[in-house]
Amino acid sequence: MNNLFVYCEIEDGIIADVSLELLTKGRSLANELKCQLEAVIIGTSLKEVEKQVLPYGVDKLHIFDAPGLYPYTSLPHTSILVKLFKEEQPQIALMGATVIGRDLGPRVSSALTSGLTADCTSLEIGDYEEKKDNKIYKNLLYQIRPAFGGNIVATIVNPDHRPQMATVREGVMKKQIINTEYKGKVVRHEVKDFVTDADFVVKVIERHVEKSKNNLKGSPIIISGGYGVGSKDNFKLLFDLAKVINAEVGASRAAVDAGYADHDRQIGQTGVTVRPKLYIACGISGQIQHIAGMQESAIIISINNDPNAPINAIADYVINGTVEQVIPKMIKYYKQNSK
Amino acid sequence: MNMNYKIIVLAKQVPDTRNVGKDAMKADGTVNRAALSAIFNPEDLNALEQALRIKEKNPGSTVYMLTMGPGRAADIIREGLFRGADGGYLLTDRAFAGADTLATSYALAMAIRKIGHFDLIIGGRQAIDGDTAQVGPQVAEKLGLTQITYAEEIKSIENGRITVTRHIPGGVETVEGPLPIVVTVNGSAASCRPRNAKMVMKYKHARTVTEKQQGNLDYTDLYATHDYLNLEEWSVADVKGDLAQCGLAGSPTKVKSIQNIVFQTKESKTISDSNKDIEGLIVELLANHTIG
Repeated sequence: MNNLFVYCEIEDGIIADVSLELLTKGRSLANELKCQLEAVIIGTSLKEVEKQVLPYGVDKLHIFDAPGLYPYTSLPHTSILVKLFKEEQPQIALMGATVIGRDLGPRVSSALTSGLTADCTSLEIGDYEEKKDNKIYKNLLYQIRPAFGGNIVATIVNPDHRPQMATVREGVMKKQIINTEYKGKVVRHEVKDFVTDADFVVKVIERHVEKSKNNLKGSPIIISGGYGVGSKDNFKLLFDLAKVINAEVGASRAAVDAGYADHDRQIGQTGVTVRPKLYIACGISGQIQHIAGMQESAIIISINNDPNAPINAIADYVINGTVEQVIPKMIKYYKQNSK
Repeated sequence: MNMNYKIIVLAKQVPDTRNVGKDAMKADGTVNRAALSAIFNPEDLNALEQALRIKEKNPGSTVYMLTMGPGRAADIIREGLFRGADGGYLLTDRAFAGADTLATSYALAMAIRKIGHFDLIIGGRQAIDGDTAQVGPQVAEKLGLTQITYAEEIKSIENGRITVTRHIPGGVETVEGPLPIVVTVNGSAASCRPRNAKMVMKYKHARTVTEKQQGNLDYTDLYATHDYLNLEEWSVADVKGDLAQCGLAGSPTKVKSIQNIVFQTKESKTISDSNKDIEGLIVELLANHTIG
């Protein structure tokens, strides 16, 4: 009872990265709270899913496996979580801030009249003082998220209602296996005790999913372009350099809006969060919404002809110049000096 | 066979957080709302367009705006009317202030119950001042309806079923659900049509009760003879709301603190775009195995 629950998303039999990131975070929060970590997987024909999640330190895994539970639709997954949470009384429930998590979380929180904080980028445990009643709440979940279009960061708490629910952005937390032999209990639930036929009113008629064309999240080197790159043609220079040094190409929102790059390459608060070994920002001024998505890169190089571009403040190296001038030289000198 | 559908569009007036100037943040790190202009939440316009398309294809259908906010949020209803909506409701009361998404959804659900019959409730996926995407699903849950979120396009609506394409990671999905239903629409869906000049002429004097009391009274007769210019304005009592579930009191989540975003600045090394400098940098990155 009163444990920490993580709802795990599954696509093609593979648990989503964001869910594994949450299990990792959930494990450390559970240690701090001295409670157990429990995971929930809902789907169809689930095979060996326990091997994917238990190594993250899951003490108890709840499996719901029945026809019609994959692909995801709102009502069956809601019914399962609502009933499970009523029985198990978790103190915290986490899910990814994904298309599924942002569809499911609010519904579950409404049914349980608990609070939900969307799109968190950080979670901590701490106390909260309600000044009005002079009441101190111990060990609440601090749900930390950007607010107001990313211009401020708010810390939200949920003093009186349980579970404390949050959706968390993909890529902002690290995933880490703690023990490949971790012994957790696996419970296979009787799905018909949780859902009714009426829950299956929405039918998925057609579904086209393609694997992401890029590997921004996993690439150790990212070359990213902003509006300052100037044109789609100039953007090709970024791809040229990427090919030579084996990197992936990203973009700022301004570059995507201008049509220089595809939407799935967008890095920032709306887009992917990355933390590569090397981040080369080309013609990116450095709106906070962009910086929030790449600030944890180990080394940052900014190529910009504006010496006052805000991104320069967080860069390790600033190259004063234009993309057209600098990138061909980088390619040339890389070829000359490598090996 | 064409059917008449009654559609309710959920729309919010929001500060324009996408165009934040230097004076938008106060020294204490809080938002200076006065420095931001109030706009029609962008994705709610995408939702309005989907509603108006259903109305066009199914003559006799009606589109009503529902918004919650201060008195000036009546602008949202007028904007809807200018683009083809048939009427609207403003939910306004001090008791609604400070509402989180749950208390907001409760208030909207109570207003929708008062409106009574409807086939479709449609709104933007999320509002740009909160970016939570929670209100749509929570309204659906409170009304006991199912939902389709992240909609790109309503493909068809017939025989009590609605077919919608929705955006999912790496692709699209077509789903079909029963009416009545709640749908939330993505910003990548079709843009909203512009104002219609005739509608602007027709509705430019549309006012709520409060606005009529505050404004000049030259047009008093107009409102008596042209009922479509009277915009509905509802309080907590009008929608039979439970005060304990409204506003700050009805909000499980509390804001503990708000901070300015401060990034760790680094001591950076600035170099020129000369051959020598760039070669030096590349050699350094190769030497410490950052690249290569």
